[in-house]
Amino acid sequence: MDFDFSEDQKLLKEQARKFLGDKCDLSQVRKVLEGDAPHHGEVWQGLCELGFAGAAVPEAYGGLGLGTLELCVVAEELGRAIAPVPFSSSIYLAAEAIKLYGSEEQKKLWLPRIASGEIIATLAAAEGTSPPHPRSLKTQISGGKLSGVKLPIADGAEATLAVVLTQDSLALVDLTTGGITRKAVKTIDPTRAHAEITFDNASAELLGAQGEGWQNYCALESRAAILFAFEQVGGAEAAMNMAKDYALERYAFGRQIGSYQAIKHKLADMYVRLELARSNCYYAAMALSEDTADLEIAAATARIAATEAYRFAAQENIQTHGGIGFTWEADAQFHYRRAKLLALTLGGPERWKDRLVSQLEKTNIA
Amino acid sequence: MNLNDTPEEAKFRAAARAWLTANARPKDKSKDRTKRVQKPESERLDSARQWQAKKAEAGYAAITWAPEYGGMGGSSIQSVIYAQEEAKFDVQGGFFDIGLGMCIPTMLAWATAEQKERYAKPALYGQEVWCQLFSEPSAGSDVAGLRTKATRDGDEWIINGQKVWTSGAQYCDYGIIVTRSDPNVAKHKGLTFFFLDMKSAGIEVRPIKQMSGESGFNEVFFTDVRVPDSQRLGAVGEGWKVALTTLMNERLAIGQGSGVDYSELLDLARSIELEDGPAIKNANVRSRLADWYVQTQGLKYTKFRTLTALSKGQTPGPESSIGKIVSGPKMQDLASFAMDLQGQGGIMDGDESVMNSAFQSQWMWAAGYRIAGGTDEILRNIVSEQVLGLPQDIRVDKGVSFNELVSNQGK
Repeated sequence: MDFDFSEDQKLLKEQARKFLGDKCDLSQVRKVLEGDAPHHGEVWQGLCELGFAGAAVPEAYGGLGLGTLELCVVAEELGRAIAPVPFSSSIYLAAEAIKLYGSEEQKKLWLPRIASGEIIATLAAAEGTSPPHPRSLKTQISGGKLSGVKLPIADGAEATLAVVLTQDSLALVDLTTGGITRKAVKTIDPTRAHAEITFDNASAELLGAQGEGWQNYCALESRAAILFAFEQVGGAEAAMNMAKDYALERYAFGRQIGSYQAIKHKLADMYVRLELARSNCYYAAMALSEDTADLEIAAATARIAATEAYRFAAQENIQTHGGIGFTWEADAQFHYRRAKLLALTLGGPERWKDRLVSQLEKTNIA
Repeated sequence: MNLNDTPEEAKFRAAARAWLTANARPKDKSKDRTKRVQKPESERLDSARQWQAKKAEAGYAAITWAPEYGGMGGSSIQSVIYAQEEAKFDVQGGFFDIGLGMCIPTMLAWATAEQKERYAKPALYGQEVWCQLFSEPSAGSDVAGLRTKATRDGDEWIINGQKVWTSGAQYCDYGIIVTRSDPNVAKHKGLTFFFLDMKSAGIEVRPIKQMSGESGFNEVFFTDVRVPDSQRLGAVGEGWKVALTTLMNERLAIGQGSGVDYSELLDLARSIELEDGPAIKNANVRSRLADWYVQTQGLKYTKFRTLTALSKGQTPGPESSIGKIVSGPKMQDLASFAMDLQGQGGIMDGDESVMNSAFQSQWMWAAGYRIAGGTDEILRNIVSEQVLGLPQDIRVDKGVSFNELVSNQGK
């Protein structure tokens, strides 16, 4: 049994960790939180130049031609660093959608520009405060023209390209063309910019077959959920370590607070959730890389476990810090914000649990 | 990343499977795993002894032990592979785990050459059964606080006191015991370790009736029991050091709990009708079901990570320590939830109950499972101290002689 990443994959992970450790410590994340830039330009540029962004894009389209396992290890490090970059929008969602459903022409046109970081691409699915569903989606495409309002869309203000979910199809829209208005949307995590995009008879072309939008979107979501889950695992581990370091350094009643069982058991519970999530993520990574029949179950399982691990570590990290943890100057807020953002991007945990049980019912695993 | 055997592992697995096929019957897959048919203990012990002897003869009884003690000199991963294969066959096990997993490894580490020669093989072949005598009524999680007294008398020691939660004491031939030989020094310093004949005069074994009504453990009383000094393991006063050898092996010997899990709950939820429709369509039921499925899979894949380390000849990482912390509460909560779903019908524990009372029975025993072999709380201490590097709690018993501890005053 070899249920682990290869030495090469671990080396790639180390490289990503080193780069992000050097260029993207939490003071850099804070710059984006407190500044006006939608993302950290230097970090994003570096990730593209070093090939991390194009890792899983085939060489023919300007990438490194590595697999999704490589993308998983990079995702974990992005999560650990709480990286304020449009990686997930451009790579896990838009590039993967084009790889899966794009025509040869679409791939040739867009993938090299995405892989090199020349443009940012994103996925536009949500339409406000209800989760997207074919019954409620209003965005329509007909005769090459697309109309509708999408929000909140990650990196929507700066993206050049959007993969748009309509009532019946997925579509590609070049956001630099006419009929597009955008405005920034305020969110709980300003380190990841979001926008509202209004499409008014914007030029669009189908991505994949007409009528297959929702099923293609769900399959894309399952695959992306695995990459997001690795980010969540990286973030959960970083939040746990932040809490642990503080528990060792802070004294109360004459002793380290980490010597009290109330704190120790809280940290042990973070560790337990983290390891359950990591193990589930490993299996999902394997399912993704080999495109196995149980991919959807594996993805939901990893997603649910990783969401829970990060939720718990991020919120209990603040609790471990006490008053200082609730201040603006403390870094604990970054995890609290990012954990919630990641938990809701692609839909909240109850939706994934429902999806998981539907799959279990179908496969009659009982 | 893959779940395949290496070529050597595949070869070992094929050989083990071939031997098992020639010597045992495959399990009947159609059997409902919620059905519990127990033969009398003496019958089960007899068939376990026969199977153990066969296995020992073939070398599979102690794969990692040295050949001189009847082992195969194999690796940990081979041991796991054999266990995976054996689990597919209908064989009687369960009586020798403590002896071979904890007692004999302690003997191999501390006994004389003659003693190892004398005791290892009979235990391996199932001829002699061993038990472990550590816990006491006033020493559970804090086992070094034990009070059973050993007093030296020439070439012998005289043991007086009481042990508790001893599995198998009623049929065991030998036991390993840790005693207090000097109450005037600090708690961990005054302990001495022995092995003894369970048929010695002055030993009385009484079954403990658990809250479930069953009796899986015993109390063992010692009244002037004489043990020769030659059966002492380790130096006088160094019993704790010897006990650590045993306890290190306990973590390997205690496996994951089995029982009803998400798949039985899914079946139940399909069959139960709630006010707003079938239980399986209820959002809360689906949410809980998903949580338990995710935990079960998380533990399964954590095990895969451990096996991967063993397969590569590495020491498994600390992630293997999460098993019982997760599975104990999961089993209790899942069983409890399954009973809740049935409404008043969930109280029934006899022939009228669902799935032969599997949920009711698990709800009962899970309460004990969360305590046995390390409570949920002790396991969290171990994770936070040994994995995360957090400091020990302040110890008020350090450097104080056993007699002067507050808990022992006036007793």
